[in-house]
Amino acid sequence: MSSGNGAAPPLIQFRRITKTYGQGQAEFQALRGVDLEIAEGDFVAVMGPSGSGKSTVMNILGCLDSPSSGDYLFQGVPVQDLSRNQRALLRRHYLGFVFQGFNLLARTSAQENVELPLLYRGESPEARHRASREALARVGLNGWEHHTPAELSGGQQQRVAIARAIVTNPLVLLADEPTGNLDSQRSHEIMELLVRLNREQGITIAMVTHEPDMAAYASRIVHFVDGRVASDERTAEPAPCS
Amino acid sequence: MFLNAILLALREIRRNLMRSFLTVLGIVIGVAAVITMVTLGNGATRMVAEQISSLGSNLLILRPGQRLGPGRDSAGAPNFRAADVEALLTQVPSLKAVAPVVSSTVTLVAGAENWSSSVTGSTNAYFVAGNWKLAAGRQFSDEEMRAGKAVCVIGNTVKQKLFAGQSPLGNAVRVKNFSCEIVGILASKGQGAMGMDQDDVVLMPLVTAQRRLTGKTQDVSTLMLSLKDGASSPRVMEQIRQLMRERRKLAENDDDNFNLMDTKQIAEALSGTIGTMTTLLGAVAAVSLLVGGIGIMNIMLVSVTERTREIGIRLAIGALENEVLLQFLIEAVALSAFGGLVGIILALLACLGLSALMGMPFLFNPGINLLAFGFSAAIGVIFGYVPARRAAGLDPIEALRHE
Repeated sequence: MSSGNGAAPPLIQFRRITKTYGQGQAEFQALRGVDLEIAEGDFVAVMGPSGSGKSTVMNILGCLDSPSSGDYLFQGVPVQDLSRNQRALLRRHYLGFVFQGFNLLARTSAQENVELPLLYRGESPEARHRASREALARVGLNGWEHHTPAELSGGQQQRVAIARAIVTNPLVLLADEPTGNLDSQRSHEIMELLVRLNREQGITIAMVTHEPDMAAYASRIVHFVDGRVASDERTAEPAPCS
Repeated sequence: MFLNAILLALREIRRNLMRSFLTVLGIVIGVAAVITMVTLGNGATRMVAEQISSLGSNLLILRPGQRLGPGRDSAGAPNFRAADVEALLTQVPSLKAVAPVVSSTVTLVAGAENWSSSVTGSTNAYFVAGNWKLAAGRQFSDEEMRAGKAVCVIGNTVKQKLFAGQSPLGNAVRVKNFSCEIVGILASKGQGAMGMDQDDVVLMPLVTAQRRLTGKTQDVSTLMLSLKDGASSPRVMEQIRQLMRERRKLAENDDDNFNLMDTKQIAEALSGTIGTMTTLLGAVAAVSLLVGGIGIMNIMLVSVTERTREIGIRLAIGALENEVLLQFLIEAVALSAFGGLVGIILALLACLGLSALMGMPFLFNPGINLLAFGFSAAIGVIFGYVPARRAAGLDPIEALRHE
């Protein structure tokens, strides 16, 4: 998926992206022309007040939602030209998601939740088992493999969700308020986990948050106001490319 | 992909045992109710049809008195005579046989056994009129009928009760106060239309019964008339009525002092009633199938929110729309098919048990089995699959946000 002329395009490129919800009187412009580039290995925190469009950016980044206009290039490939199935395959092979509400399958063990993306990738049962146990170990959940979400604390559920997101070794991890439902101690644990994934494995991370002390873990902070990028400051160098 | 979908579908069924159980239950009840009702109804109709044919073809019964039933007035009406039999046979050409009948309930004794049964005195015409076949032995000879010899032909029930295990032919049975030689055994007819045992019967020559049991040597209380095949019963009945009015010397404006009844009409009315009952039961069962279907629909629709979110999660982590749909389709088909099969098995067990209990034939009806199975399976599949198809067509984020 890389261009052949030597200089690889940025991993993610937004060009004048807009997003409008509703119609007529109820019309609401969530994004009013967003230009944004994210390089491989970066850890970007997206901040802003409610309604500033930060979650919308994240959903478009993850191909969960489509922009009303503008271009989204993923490794130089225009995403809006892809079919539904191609976008699903892009999610399957390159993206991992962590949601504020965890979004684990109910009544399903941690291990089976983590295995799910591998199942859709068509991996063998043995490979699924090994990779899912490894991923759970990486988020510090050895011994909790057979617990269902209802039997886990919020922090543990979010760690299962992170394990599910990283079990496929994605290029990009997209986290929408991953600490939104957690107390401050659990929040810091989760952030340290994300930093480790970014530094040690070179996973590119884009994270939405409204808490400045969570954003402080990132290497770059992008502020959104009224559907536009208001400020973009770098606080640390991106992790070296893996 | 297909194996994965099966795996995922079975996991979901197992994880949501309550939901799966309720879905299956709805289908089981609907399918079992319809099949049971219709199968039993078919059995009852068949039973009545068999009884109609066992009654004898085109049988008329002539009795003194104005009408049957409560308040029947036979006090002043004279009985029939042997001469009436002759007159009917010669003057109504459409009659195949005319059997004069007298009957009495008496105690029978053979060896150490005794049994109370109905004794009928008649002629050999009775075998024709009553559609009786002999299982063994012979009919009465002319000599026996004329002289009123003490001979008899017994029904299957009487044989079982008095001569368990051995052949009664040639043996004697004590009827009231005289001993009677058994010359024949009737083939079994089974239960009658009103639930009485048609085989609990003893036949003897008319003269014998008149002399030894009823004491009235001339009177005959009932005539059984058998029509020739293809004879029109309303026309023949009118001929008989006119003939009997003449012979009983009734004036122009006198009412009939006898009545003539067509057993086929009674049987047909009875079978019509049972047909109506079957339709009614079928309708009740169809309602239960519908209610079962609505139950399935409710369970499926209630779980749509949860399932829509589940679909959103699956799409977000990289499932293709078709993979999700295949999983849901397999789930719906598996639950519906399982429920349908359990329903059919339950219904067949219930039908076997109930038809044995009620002494009815068991008729397997493939049509109703297929219909009930198909209908409930269709409901299960449609309501399991259609909401899933809608959800899988959404943008993943909309499915995830579904409330």
